[in-house]
Amino acid sequence: MRGEEIILEVQNLSKVYDKEVLKLEKFSFQRGKIYGIIGPSGAGKSTFLRLLNLLEPPTTGSIYFKGKAVSMNGDAALAVRREMTMVFQKPLLFRSSVSENVAYGLKARRFPKEKTQERVEILLAKVGLKGFANRNAGTLSGGEAQRVALARAVAFEPALLLLDEPTANLDPSNVELIERLILDLNRETGMTFIMVTHNIFQARRIAQEVVFLHEGRIVEVGETEKIFTDPQDQRTRDFVEGRMIY
Amino acid sequence: MPPLLEGISEAFYLILTFDPYLMRIVFLSLQVSGTAVLLSTLVGVPLGTFLGLKPAGRTRLISKLLYTLMGLPPVVAGLVIYLLFSRMGPFGVLGLLWTPAIMIIAQFVLALPIIAGLTMIAIRSRGKTIQETALTLGAGKLLTAWTVVRESRFAIFGAIVTGLGRVIAEVGAVMMVGGNIAGRTRVMTTAIVLETGKGNFELAVGLGLVLLLIAFIINSLLYRFQEGGKNSAW
Repeated sequence: MRGEEIILEVQNLSKVYDKEVLKLEKFSFQRGKIYGIIGPSGAGKSTFLRLLNLLEPPTTGSIYFKGKAVSMNGDAALAVRREMTMVFQKPLLFRSSVSENVAYGLKARRFPKEKTQERVEILLAKVGLKGFANRNAGTLSGGEAQRVALARAVAFEPALLLLDEPTANLDPSNVELIERLILDLNRETGMTFIMVTHNIFQARRIAQEVVFLHEGRIVEVGETEKIFTDPQDQRTRDFVEGRMIY
Repeated sequence: MPPLLEGISEAFYLILTFDPYLMRIVFLSLQVSGTAVLLSTLVGVPLGTFLGLKPAGRTRLISKLLYTLMGLPPVVAGLVIYLLFSRMGPFGVLGLLWTPAIMIIAQFVLALPIIAGLTMIAIRSRGKTIQETALTLGAGKLLTAWTVVRESRFAIFGAIVTGLGRVIAEVGAVMMVGGNIAGRTRVMTTAIVLETGKGNFELAVGLGLVLLLIAFIINSLLYRFQEGGKNSAW
């Protein structure tokens, strides 16, 4: 039975390119939590996020969003997509103003124009970019661009936000700002976050649950502190203690 | 005075006095090439966008075809269209031969592969990322496609200008299907050929200068557009 608290569930999910890169039997994400997906390079973390965001079809298996099987195409897929979004490691900002970037998702949802600008201003203040509304998005630094991407993603208040290495290559002050934003949003709105990160310290700082992926399989899942202090699998232990795993 | 300098001097006179013969030719050239490029844009940009968003492996054949047609010799295009629209051809009944309409068709055939092909290349380089960003933000199919085109606008505009440059300067196809009839199908390039043959160098040079001037204006517009319309001098 899928309970009310489950926002996303996958069953027998696999993805094959030249070889199988992901194979998950069954896993559920609970509403309102922050998940950290960790694992070495090539573990299938980003592929997992792309499947969850319906950017790619799985080779086999099903995804359930709020208890309903998700279709890859048509209006049903669009409806699901409009309840979730994704922030990429290197976000693409559109060649327009910061304000237009943040408002993009709202326009796609035909949000009332008179309220759009107000929301954009609030969000820009929240991400520390007050006064940036009319700036050309192409002139922003990496950290500023990532903050605009985050503001753009949360503008339409999605139920689920997928983050693919959201702070990779950013300086510590931007990392701290983005992490604080994620925690604030989670606390204030109950938004669910699934964050892929190679930074185990970051996962430990902000995730409530950690999923350890290795060679396309979930090796271990658990509450963050438990995963870091008392991992059950030797590979997890090696990874969180910074040793090479094969 | 050498013929070239004399031609340039006379050319300026014809241009500055808006010589009616010259103006009629220039106007028809712009009308024919402008219409052909507009039609090619309407077909080529969506086609190039569609192909650019498909995985390269699935469009290999059509890509090769487009690249080949980008280098289609105008006389070959003219010959094929001539055969199709002459009395013995399948479209002969339309009676379009020796009219501006068939010149537009010929130039459409020449410009379309360039606009579609260059659009495809532009979209292929960044289109997938733009498409995925739009989709993750909840855009529907139409808004996603529009976003991809809008974000690639500089490259697409470059494709359109390249297409216009190709057709406004070509002579083979319009000569074959238009016939270079004075006051009816005579355009700048065919007129230059004719006037040079007749020894009217001043008119030929004048037309050449107008062609260059048009090319300069188009490229200046492109440059200004690519600079975002800010602080760019002509």
